[in-house]
Amino acid sequence: MQPSDMSAVDLVTAVRHGDLTALRATEAFLERIERLDGQINAFLSVDREGALRTAAAIDEKRKKGQPLGPLAGLPVAVKDALCTFDQPTTCASKMLAGFRPPYDAEVVARLRAADAVIVGKTNMDEFAMGGSNENSAFGPVHNPWDLTRAPGGSSGGSAACVAADMAPVAIGSDTGGSIRQPAGLCGITGLKPTYGRVSRRGLVAFASSLDQIGPMARSAGDCALLLETIAGHDPGDATSLESPVPPYGADLDRPLEGVRIGRVPAHFGAGLCPEVAHAVEEAFAAFRAAGATIIDIDMPHADAGVATYYLIAPCEASSNLARYDGAHYGHRAEPGRLHPAEPGGHRAEPGKGSGASGGGFESALVEMYCRSRAEGFGPEVKRRIMLGTYALSAGYYDAYYAKALKVRRLIRQDYLDAFEKVDLIGGPVSATAAFKLGEKSGDPLAMYLVDLYTVCTNLAGVGGISFPCGFTKGGLPIGFQLQAPALAEPLLLRATDRYQHLTDWHRRRPAIAARPR
Amino acid sequence: MSLSRNDVAKVGLLARLALSESDLDTMTRELSTIVGFVGQLEQIDTTNVAPLAHPLDTQNVFRADVPQPSLTTAQALQSAPRHDGEFFLVPAVLGDSGAN
Repeated sequence: MQPSDMSAVDLVTAVRHGDLTALRATEAFLERIERLDGQINAFLSVDREGALRTAAAIDEKRKKGQPLGPLAGLPVAVKDALCTFDQPTTCASKMLAGFRPPYDAEVVARLRAADAVIVGKTNMDEFAMGGSNENSAFGPVHNPWDLTRAPGGSSGGSAACVAADMAPVAIGSDTGGSIRQPAGLCGITGLKPTYGRVSRRGLVAFASSLDQIGPMARSAGDCALLLETIAGHDPGDATSLESPVPPYGADLDRPLEGVRIGRVPAHFGAGLCPEVAHAVEEAFAAFRAAGATIIDIDMPHADAGVATYYLIAPCEASSNLARYDGAHYGHRAEPGRLHPAEPGGHRAEPGKGSGASGGGFESALVEMYCRSRAEGFGPEVKRRIMLGTYALSAGYYDAYYAKALKVRRLIRQDYLDAFEKVDLIGGPVSATAAFKLGEKSGDPLAMYLVDLYTVCTNLAGVGGISFPCGFTKGGLPIGFQLQAPALAEPLLLRATDRYQHLTDWHRRRPAIAARPR
Repeated sequence: MSLSRNDVAKVGLLARLALSESDLDTMTRELSTIVGFVGQLEQIDTTNVAPLAHPLDTQNVFRADVPQPSLTTAQALQSAPRHDGEFFLVPAVLGDSGAN
């Protein structure tokens, strides 16, 4: 069996037992990246030399009888939103092109300490803002199931590289669905843990009360393996939870008898594609067959989720992205250079162009800020910064930001009430299977509505997982989502694992990955 | 709810984003649509509902007040567009100087 056909759990077992070297495993995936990524664009950078060096060092350790970490020899792809001191970290933005962080994100440090092999950094929507990966400054990712379609976003590169077997596992981040939605559209398994379960230190901040890092893999078992390494308290992230980390892989086999799964009838409204609805209902039937009880529940404020999210997330983003000022790191406009958005060298007039006073800017410093940011950020990032700045500005704060925070409490209360009646909430991840590249990119609001089924999880701070539950007639994967109360990752993983023992959707590979060597 | 070009220009300055004339047109149109959409929250009754800024019931987190290692000056400056080895260099803070 080729290393690229093995599960992550089998791969680390084989390395530990000496049946496979870390070097051989790493070479196998690097070879696939070289062969396939020209068509998929899942990676923004590949650290071939570093990965081979790390793998060789792990094999050396084993030879000397030194203890190996729990992920020894496992190639991992990391979303380019996480800082890596030895590799570029761009967040798919021109703003951070060529940026070398001075430190590793906590999750990256934990992966290294566990003897994982980081093979490269994955493509994404710029600053994790988007649901299609088309907002990358370095070109979109192509869905391995159909190269003319989007892989979803923002962790589209992480999803696509796992779907095409270019890495056995990947790290993503999820602020409003950015792990679960691309996992669903690419036919893999992706977990957004409870807010605070995984340290955010060194994750480039988008919306700090919503951001969470999580594993993306081909199965629940592989997600459990990765989560066990990355989860846990970090004194460097004041919002990280102190609760002990359970052995996520230990309890996966336990049957689902007695587990109550909520089904929200309102999820099956007019906007849901019939093929998706059918596959999701079939998944509920499979869970019933596996011993779970399905109970219809109501989430009365779920409809307000997207509007609430698109106030809170941009407000937090406008504050977080203020750090890109052209002074400390990142892109800086050259003095006197006209940024491309100013055709013919037009300079701002008061109340017309650039919003500065006196026919330009109030000082050379402000001019440098404004031009650096105008040149460095792409259109969607600018839109969200503007929206957030507006919603936080004097006169609008109460009507928008404060209002959204109140609705956020109502949404969280829906979850608390629901989890009195059920242990998990099931449903679709996205209303449709993967859409065409370019299909929604001209309409920001249409793109926001893609997040309908995923944003409430983040607003409530609970965990969610998505995994394949079928395919469209056109051969595109369909995702199923489970959500659970805070810190119920063991149940999310167990329910998914039980489902994956009854079905084989998660084993199907796109034609591009199956091509003979 | 629709925004005027002037609103958008003012927000552009607050957000420190230079906007061209055509940026202003696009942004005014798009932001008006989005603000109109998020404005639907107005219809939800939130009487006596406290704002929720953070999903978990966290309290203040303290650590011992002892010095810990931090980045060196060289590390902190390594990605700066301009520096002199000790400080970040920026254009004039006051006045409309052309120097950068």
